[in-house]
Amino acid sequence: MAAPGSEAGKHETWPLWEVFIRSSRGLSHVHAGSLHAPDAVMAVRNARDLYTRRGEGVSIWVVPSEQITTSDVDARGGFFESAEGKEFRHATYYTASEEVPHL
Amino acid sequence: MTTAEASAPTPEELEFQRLIDEDSRVEPTDWMPDAYRKTLVRQISQHAHSEIIGMQPEGNWITRAPSLKRKAILMAKVQDEAGHGLYLYSAAQTLGTTRDTMYEQLLSGAAKYSSIFNYTTPTWADMGSIGWLVDGAAICNQVPLCRASYGPYGRAMVRICKEESFHQRQGFEILLTLMRGSDEQRRMAQESVNRWYAPALMMFGPPDGESPNSQRSMAWKIKRFSNDDLRQRFVDMIVPQAEVLGVTLPDPDLKWNEERGHYDFGELDWDEFSEVLAGRGQANTIRLANRREAHEEGAWVREAARAYAARVDADCSALLEKVA
Ligand SMILES: [Fe+2]
Ligand SMILES: [Fe+2]
Repeated sequence: MAAPGSEAGKHETWPLWEVFIRSSRGLSHVHAGSLHAPDAVMAVRNARDLYTRRGEGVSIWVVPSEQITTSDVDARGGFFESAEGKEFRHATYYTASEEVPHL
Repeated sequence: MTTAEASAPTPEELEFQRLIDEDSRVEPTDWMPDAYRKTLVRQISQHAHSEIIGMQPEGNWITRAPSLKRKAILMAKVQDEAGHGLYLYSAAQTLGTTRDTMYEQLLSGAAKYSSIFNYTTPTWADMGSIGWLVDGAAICNQVPLCRASYGPYGRAMVRICKEESFHQRQGFEILLTLMRGSDEQRRMAQESVNRWYAPALMMFGPPDGESPNSQRSMAWKIKRFSNDDLRQRFVDMIVPQAEVLGVTLPDPDLKWNEERGHYDFGELDWDEFSEVLAGRGQANTIRLANRREAHEEGAWVREAARAYAARVDADCSALLEKVA
């Protein structure tokens, strides 16, 4: 996948698409890679030929790469700070219930 | 050393070095040294070009493969190689170079691709040797690249490696079938192995002493093993496989070295390597000419698809305006 905001994917013969594949029912679509295609219909067909030649998928999503918004990498530290130091959000934080069955 | 290099590292440089030291991965949006970016673009795009040009020596045999099944298998393999090229162009693109740019570099002859694909494939047995030796050497090279420090490159390599083992096995099977056939078929297999053995060994690149960029690539953890180490690993792998096939490897110096725990093998003809690299191999001209022709002949398809997409876009906008 192209670095958001980079030149890659622009001014090309065909635009760049990101491909997401559901490998089987019950699972989420997961990013598989990217490809070039003139439009969405062709992007789905190309994705089938490129990423599911061995039955890797039962469903495909394609998204124009330029439509993807990414969190600001430079502000990475600050942006994800609120999750830090909050061990109490994890079950492992609560040790008093160890040994107690089904808890 | 310039003064800039000697001065204290910037926070970005420290962060980059931390990722490398910790065996973590560098991702497209991270800061990276220009030389790291350039090395990757060159290596990944050369690799992509190799996959694309690499379709030709085998594409050459699709219509003449000896059975419908062999044709289908060969077609599937060639299609995989196209896919490998596309995965790799996507990975290189994340570094800020467009695929069209890389493609132009290939078509103009400015970019290199693996010399191995400039050898011709005169007999069906060459489909066996390519699968067994050329894809085999490629696997040796590519497995460590799955851990390359640049995330998108490593991910592309994981996908590629999963597909490569079919390539090697089908090649081995072609040779084994020939070796179990008539005298003529056995001779055809042996002659083909004779042709491909040394070129396959040279796929790992020049000896370590003559490969100046290798050291830096290893420090950046793009490359994990040196050319000579990988070549040795490959030789150690194929000797027992050749025994199963019943073919001789064309190297009088090839013998087990008890002390080293490896096979010794003879000097390779690096002059030949340089000649092919310089464009004077058996098929350099025809490979590029074919690629250019295919690209030009496909131009109307690319344009038509783009025109159609623009038309549908315009129709949709017009429709939306009407509704609004
Ligand atoms: Fe490949
Ligand atoms: Fe292959």
